Amino acid sequence: MAEPFLMRALLAGLGLAVVSAPLGCFVVWRRMAYYGEAVAQAGLIGIAVGLALSVNLTASVLAVTLAVSILLVALSRQQLVPFDSLLGLIAHAALAVGVIAASLARGPQLDLMAFLFGDIFAISASDLRWIYLGGALALGALVYVWRPLLSLCVHEDLAAAEGTPVERVKLLFVLVLALVVAMAIKIVGVLLTIAFLIMPAAAARPLSESPEQMALFAAIFGSLSVGLGLFLSVSFDTPGGPSIVLVLALIFVAAIFPAAVRGQR
Amino acid sequence: MAVRSAQGVLARPTSAGQTGPAEANGRDQHQSHCEPEPRPALAPVGDALFSARSIWLTRAGRAILQSVDIDIAEGEILTLIGPNGAGKTTLVRVLLGLEKPDRGTVRRKPGLVVGYVPQRFAIDRAIPLTVARFVALGRRVEDEDAKRALADVGADKLADRQLSELSGGELQRVVLGRALVGSPGVLVLDEPARGIDYTGEAELYALIGRLRSERGFGVLLVSHDLHVVMAQSDRVICLNRHVCCSGVPQSVAQHPEYARLFGTQVARALALYQHHHDHRHDLAGEPQTPSARAKDQA
Repeated sequence: MAEPFLMRALLAGLGLAVVSAPLGCFVVWRRMAYYGEAVAQAGLIGIAVGLALSVNLTASVLAVTLAVSILLVALSRQQLVPFDSLLGLIAHAALAVGVIAASLARGPQLDLMAFLFGDIFAISASDLRWIYLGGALALGALVYVWRPLLSLCVHEDLAAAEGTPVERVKLLFVLVLALVVAMAIKIVGVLLTIAFLIMPAAAARPLSESPEQMALFAAIFGSLSVGLGLFLSVSFDTPGGPSIVLVLALIFVAAIFPAAVRGQR
Repeated sequence: MAVRSAQGVLARPTSAGQTGPAEANGRDQHQSHCEPEPRPALAPVGDALFSARSIWLTRAGRAILQSVDIDIAEGEILTLIGPNGAGKTTLVRVLLGLEKPDRGTVRRKPGLVVGYVPQRFAIDRAIPLTVARFVALGRRVEDEDAKRALADVGADKLADRQLSELSGGELQRVVLGRALVGSPGVLVLDEPARGIDYTGEAELYALIGRLRSERGFGVLLVSHDLHVVMAQSDRVICLNRHVCCSGVPQSVAQHPEYARLFGTQVARALALYQHHHDHRHDLAGEPQTPSARAKDQA
């Protein structure tokens, strides 16, 4: 059980769960699931670029997610194409470009599945350091903007009228999102990253009375899913990332069910 | 009733009750016309809470505000009325600094605390939040201050409830209560009675009038309907992308521009408005007993 690769997988997953919990709550509150999806899928371009240039993949993925995140902020101001369509467009264009570029860069033997669904058992000690360093940075930034960010989630105009620097806070938030997405891609892949962000938060909502409580429950659910998911994966030889997400889906159903039965809104 | 500024018909008071009739009449000539005309620029009023001059704003090729001047004096209730699309909300957003005008200046009294009740405040049920937490959100708030604000709007019993569980009328009171926290110098209320029935709306405006008398803040009130706000307003500005007419409520109600904008039917109905109910409703729409009402008015 205490195999080093398994310990690293567990530590990486738990670290990500703790950072993802508050961030995922904000993604849910600000209705940015598709935004996150587009940024995550754009990460595949980062992988392709990294492979082509033979540079550190974490660095190239981070560079691309940051760039796309900022690009999306700029594009959200145009009104000719609805923003959700635009996000879908970018997500899938990125997927197409990423898959083609990655296969050109490495030939057909490239293990694309590892990039799409993550390879949590391949986390190295150096990956782990990156995850904890980036995670600490992201968590610190979230704590720093917590109050203004929460205000603008509740009502953006009200927050702006009361002096919250709305644009700065929003920008900082999307940068933190890009950072966490870049770390998560290694663990759960470009296709499951956003699930790992929003599912714990969504499951926490019916049980929570305050924003902080929701973040705490999300962290518990995320950690639980990592533990159980890895156990599933090792016991039944199922892929790691999808096993974690499956556990999250079950937790979500269990959490929402009593509320749904009571007819609570 | 509270202090009412006592200037003449169609006056533009600089601050409550200080405008001389001669000065006021001079400006009426311009104010009565419904086309924006070049007119001598007015100096910003020194002690005004908000003072905006020559505000022009165009969005997507459509002129939304054309040379709008507006001042809000300390302690006055200024009502902004106008048809849909008249630019009322946009003007409010310009005053609050949420929107940048193409031209013109907005001056805000230094250190002014603004209590804002935005139009159509929708609760986001995705965020778990108690009323008390919502009231204190995003700023440092003394417990006593928050309690008093909620008590003032009759929402003190709601403090521990989840925002997502409130009815429309309850939410309205809570949002108003939140605006009272931090001793605001001015309340800015953008159609605060949306979704409340007619008598509830009258109650709301009576409450705002009473709070103004107690706390002495200025109020900028946006409404699409002069009927219910008339009794509480010190001054009315009728906006239709530019200032059509302004003055004490009765004078605006009788103004030809007002009749033109809202139709003579409405204008006549307003003149005849002597409507009585045998009971009233509170803000949540619950029927109110006469004794509760007496207490409310005490």
